[in-house]
Amino acid sequence: MYALSVKDISVTYDKQLALENVSFAVPEGSITGIIGPNGAGKSTLIKSILQLLPTLSGSVEIFNKPIRTQKKIIGYVPQRSEVDWDFPTNALDVVLMGRYNHIGLFKRANKKEVAWAKACLEKVGMQDYATRQISQLSGGQQQRVFLARAMAQDAKVYFMDEPFAGVDASTEKAIIQLMKEWKAEGKTVLVVHHDLQTVNDYFDHVLLLNKSPIAYGETQSVFTLDNLEQAYGGKIAFLQKAPSTVKEYT
Amino acid sequence: MTYTMWIILTGCLVGVTCGVTGSILVLRKMSMIADAISHTVLLGIVGAFFVTQSLNGVPMLIGAGIVGILTALFVEMLHSSGVQSDAAIGIVFTSLFALGVVLISFIGDQVHLDVQHALMGEIAFVPWDTLTINGVSYGPVAVWMLGAVLIINLLLIILFYKEIKMSTFDAQFATLIGVPVVLIHYLLMTMVSLSTVASFDSVGAILVVAMLIVPGATAYLLTDRFLVLLILSGVIGILSALMGYWFAVQLNVSIAGSMAVATGVLFLAAFLFSPKQGVITRKFRNSKEETIQQSA
Repeated sequence: MYALSVKDISVTYDKQLALENVSFAVPEGSITGIIGPNGAGKSTLIKSILQLLPTLSGSVEIFNKPIRTQKKIIGYVPQRSEVDWDFPTNALDVVLMGRYNHIGLFKRANKKEVAWAKACLEKVGMQDYATRQISQLSGGQQQRVFLARAMAQDAKVYFMDEPFAGVDASTEKAIIQLMKEWKAEGKTVLVVHHDLQTVNDYFDHVLLLNKSPIAYGETQSVFTLDNLEQAYGGKIAFLQKAPSTVKEYT
Repeated sequence: MTYTMWIILTGCLVGVTCGVTGSILVLRKMSMIADAISHTVLLGIVGAFFVTQSLNGVPMLIGAGIVGILTALFVEMLHSSGVQSDAAIGIVFTSLFALGVVLISFIGDQVHLDVQHALMGEIAFVPWDTLTINGVSYGPVAVWMLGAVLIINLLLIILFYKEIKMSTFDAQFATLIGVPVVLIHYLLMTMVSLSTVASFDSVGAILVVAMLIVPGATAYLLTDRFLVLLILSGVIGILSALMGYWFAVQLNVSIAGSMAVATGVLFLAAFLFSPKQGVITRKFRNSKEETIQQSA
């Protein structure tokens, strides 16, 4: 069963084609990395899948049903830079946002929901920061709060947009651990990622993207020097370090 | 109630209504749309006059509400078709306001509605325009209108508290989890329009902007909690009205003008002395920390 199947998505951005005919299907219980050069449309792809951006064409299904009927089982970790961290609120409140579907319109979070949110904070090691104003958290701590919020959603399919960007080593480890736990629970995870050196360690599937898909499949068969050269084009010179991890497959 | 009390009450109602509603706009980085709406509602008021041939409160509120939403809608449309958002606001703001000004000149000799009045208002005249039913006077119309709008706004904020907070902090995530983000946006625009038109008669369009933006911006410097920010904005709005009235009486100057000046004075005070972010507080704290470090 495919957790996610994307058919022929095309997107324009500022009148230019940002994504062209992207199709792929992600098996349930896998961790997929979306890899590609800057401007390849990785974040755009995630946002179009989630219907946060208008698409020219294409369709998205989650467990064989149109995505708009399946939003309750989708979890999302946006890029940290996309929200205003000076907003007057604390870590616990942000995590409680993830329980919205369970709290419902007009109602306030009850004790059970608050306890749930606190448990999520604890899981990412942030229980001592529950009442801390979010601007007073470090980058890594802010990312953990976002992770806890996604966890609080209790979703089946998770989308993460550059979760490793600008975080400390221990937060990176916490993210990896959480992804693996999700996988063990049969959940499906998609991650926009840009650090090529860690691709082999983190993902079992890879979508190599540069406006249109270059290759998609299991990491071993997709993450090859040939494919990378095709995706990154002339910029392959910058990848001198990366192919050392690739070599064992080439 | 005395003549003076009615004026003070009207000022406080403007302060609390605009302060609370405007603080949400400040958080959403939409202060300029408050500026735009506070001018374009003039078109709504004139439009309501053309339809009903009177300056009655309810049609005015409806007209202003419609034009307020149209303003937000046009700005959105221009922006999404590639115009910079500040330019989009500038275009819609000036053209709708100008249309209102042109239309006013058609009816100028029929009623007391002129551009001067629309921009500056006159709070000193408020107590004379009373709500009279069957010969019994129930106090100034402005107080009734402001009171009604305040109650509507507070009810909407209480009902949609969670949704407003979530869509303001992280609109994309909110959209994804099913918060009616677009509805909340236009609801806020309606609230701003209603607050503006209710305040229009007393403080005028320009000073409405001060009451919408400055109390929220001041409260933002003083707290890091959303609920406290909302309450504080209302309190600062009321304080500005009281301080402004006192200044105006002492110096014998425009009441509405000195209320707006008072919002600025309070903001400056918070800017300098806020316990968390105040410029002087920080300096003082830094020098204290240095002495501690030196003595350590």
